[in-house]
Amino acid sequence: MTSKINIFLQKTKLIALFFAVFALTLPHLNASEPNEDPIVGADSTAAAHPAKSDTGKVNIAEVAFEHILDAHSWHFWGEGHHAVSLPLPVILKSNNGIVSFMSSQFEHDVKGMHLVEMNGERFVNFEEHIYYAAETQNEHGQWLQFGKDDKGKEIVLNASPLDFSMTKNVISMLISVIIILWLFLSTAKAYKNTGITSAPKGKQSFLEPLILFIRDDVAKTNIGSKSDKFVPYLLSLFFFIWINNLLGLLPFGANLTGNIAVTLVLAVITFIITNVNGNKSYWGHVFKPHAPIAIWPILIPIEIAGLFIKPVALMIRLFANITAGHIIVISLVGLIFIFKTLYISPVAVGFALFIDVLELLVAFLQAYIFTMLTALYIGSAVADHNEDGVHNEDDEKMAHAH
Amino acid sequence: MNLFILNALITPSVGLIFWSSIVFLLLFFILAKFAWKPILAAVKEREEGIENALKSAENAKKEMESLKAGNEKILAEARVERDTLLKEAREIKDGIINEAKVKAQKESDRILTSAREQITNEKNAAITELKNQVATLSIDIAEKILKSDLASDEKQKALVSSLMKDVNLN
Repeated sequence: MTSKINIFLQKTKLIALFFAVFALTLPHLNASEPNEDPIVGADSTAAAHPAKSDTGKVNIAEVAFEHILDAHSWHFWGEGHHAVSLPLPVILKSNNGIVSFMSSQFEHDVKGMHLVEMNGERFVNFEEHIYYAAETQNEHGQWLQFGKDDKGKEIVLNASPLDFSMTKNVISMLISVIIILWLFLSTAKAYKNTGITSAPKGKQSFLEPLILFIRDDVAKTNIGSKSDKFVPYLLSLFFFIWINNLLGLLPFGANLTGNIAVTLVLAVITFIITNVNGNKSYWGHVFKPHAPIAIWPILIPIEIAGLFIKPVALMIRLFANITAGHIIVISLVGLIFIFKTLYISPVAVGFALFIDVLELLVAFLQAYIFTMLTALYIGSAVADHNEDGVHNEDDEKMAHAH
Repeated sequence: MNLFILNALITPSVGLIFWSSIVFLLLFFILAKFAWKPILAAVKEREEGIENALKSAENAKKEMESLKAGNEKILAEARVERDTLLKEAREIKDGIINEAKVKAQKESDRILTSAREQITNEKNAAITELKNQVATLSIDIAEKILKSDLASDEKQKALVSSLMKDVNLN
């Protein structure tokens, strides 16, 4: 297994350097004029009172979150009306049915100040969430009403339509799907063309060890003799997460795998596959634990909670790891803006480069961990256990083999 | 910190759940049918091919070895057989020679003995014959002498005197 990772690391070394250098030059160039185009200041109340700060202070946290969150347009650079971004379709399920328009209609406004009227309904974009506009503007010119919830937290009182927009993350995902399909359909074709008698060539020779790694070291190790059925899902999962992790590291890339909705979907699919394939001994383990009946009232709820905790852990692990990596890189680049000097840039760029290269490893590692744990959960659901909880011969063999 | 942004970070949005479910499931089905199936089948086929090739190579090696071992065994057997044959031949040869020698010795002994006997016999016969002939001759001579000497008185007197002379001489 280590040798396979070594091969992979060698192969990606060049790509890694290219990505990292490219990713870092762009914010660095912008950094040369930090005061000319100040990013909108934001303190804890700035959301409700989005008056632009005149001090030119940069809130790095805000910038970081803007980068890691989903958006209705693909923002490249610039602020306010000077922003350069790719408009994306906004699709809403409103009270009057499906409404769609391009995100450019908001004119880069994310403070709820620009109205978009469609089919007699009015919408505003506040922090990339689309609300029905209020009847009147508040004192800051926003078509929003703010209030407090039970805990005293500030919330938007406006109702919002169901948002099925093709957001930045959706578009990024579609790009990743095109890349994945191209990669693997052409690889499948290569097997058909060159046959099995010749050695793999090009992409094929790079992807085959990875495919075999997932098949043998992830699926077979954790699932055992019934692994063949689940290999296609594990392969799709691994490459989907990995490719999207890598795309997220590209400059202007979307933070798809660091979005909790995406990791939620993946975790739910894993949850469904695991429990649909759960055999008698798996459910027996949950509802008839191998323990004295006296502690069943404690054990059974814990086992049931465990069924849900596993996918939730999967969801949070991937989301948190990828998001954290992005935040670290942006924070390090943000040092330039905080210190307001270019002389800090070698330090910032050096550290960011280091983290970026580390993120390449994390991209692979998190894809591997998600896939491996999925295989592990499926394995626990389909494994044959004897009544006394001892693994059968097949499992024993697997245990010895590894 | 902006609470709305923090909320957005940990609130899964319906739209993205919708799109990512559709996109991922579609991707999975397309990949499963058109990528994983042929790729995994090809890889498996190749692995089986390699395994079979290795197995048959191993079998061939084993066969070769057993063949070699058989050859060696046959060779050893042949060598043993040859040695036995040689030994036997030598024994037989020695036997024959010995036998012949003994036989020849016996024969020569016999021949010598019989020759000797024959010679003795013939010698005896010859002596006997000679004795007989001498006797006959002596009688004949005596007869003739007697005839001639006893033809006249004179002569008989002469003879008796001569004989007498001889007797005297003796």
